[in-house]
Amino acid sequence: MSDQTMNEQGLAPLNFDSIDVGDKLPGLVFGPISRHTLALFCGGSGDHNPIHVDSDFAKESGYDDVFVHGMLPMAILGRLLTNWTRQENIKTFAVRFMSITQIRDEVNASAIVKEKVSAGGENRLILDVETHTQSGTKTLSGTAEICVPDVLVESNK
Amino acid sequence: MNQENIGRQSEPRQILLEQGQLKLFAKAVQETNPIYFDESAAQAAGHRNILAPPTFGSCLRLLAPSTKLSYESLGIDYKRLLHAQEAYEYFQPMYAGDELVLTAEVTDVYEKKGGALQFIVIATSIFRNEELVQTITGTLVMRQAVSR
Repeated sequence: MSDQTMNEQGLAPLNFDSIDVGDKLPGLVFGPISRHTLALFCGGSGDHNPIHVDSDFAKESGYDDVFVHGMLPMAILGRLLTNWTRQENIKTFAVRFMSITQIRDEVNASAIVKEKVSAGGENRLILDVETHTQSGTKTLSGTAEICVPDVLVESNK
Repeated sequence: MNQENIGRQSEPRQILLEQGQLKLFAKAVQETNPIYFDESAAQAAGHRNILAPPTFGSCLRLLAPSTKLSYESLGIDYKRLLHAQEAYEYFQPMYAGDELVLTAEVTDVYEKKGGALQFIVIATSIFRNEELVQTITGTLVMRQAVSR
């Protein structure tokens, strides 16, 4: 993939013909995740489950400490996608939560082009998306479907 | 949690998509693209207001909780709850200032590992002016109490 189509800031429109199966999107690293980040995400996301912010509650629940909301690494995957293409081009986005992201873990987000589909005058890319921790534990795994307009449109910024 | 929950529906829940909530979400995920936290930058990029990011629909679901499908009524306990899957289908963008309506239905309940893991699938639809904006299919899992 050329620099033009893979601009990290999403400045360039996607060019379907220049994207190949196996191409990687620019990755994104987030963290290590602090308690402060979890507190912000508790308020920002509306997920007020105390297990993510109250270590007493987490211990009562059988955990050693608070752990990261699964939706936080998914949001980082979302950032990776919208750094790459206008959000309106994202048609579907789905993940499975494979293992818990622990406090102080990093989120390493990545995406790779798995399939190119042209049908009915519409071009679509199927991406495999995933996150893993700094030690290589896979935390999220999923897919996203991106519609690439035939007419080049302005990018996300 | 039991099979009788399948087909249970939430009441319609109205919520205003608040700009301040989007800004706090953007801060929490260390967003760098200003269309997600700065109204003038969003408008300069062709959006009518700050754009809700791809996973924000799940936040609306939590910010406008259902009474009829409360976690308590479904037997969901925070201490045993984990998230198993989350899936979105997008039809239209959502912006700060939008008045939205959410409806939800329990579409599946199943067990794995001889009942040690109990799954519940909740499908949520988000509407604006009666037009479908996006759907969210969330799968939650309740695990047996962790022994220490």
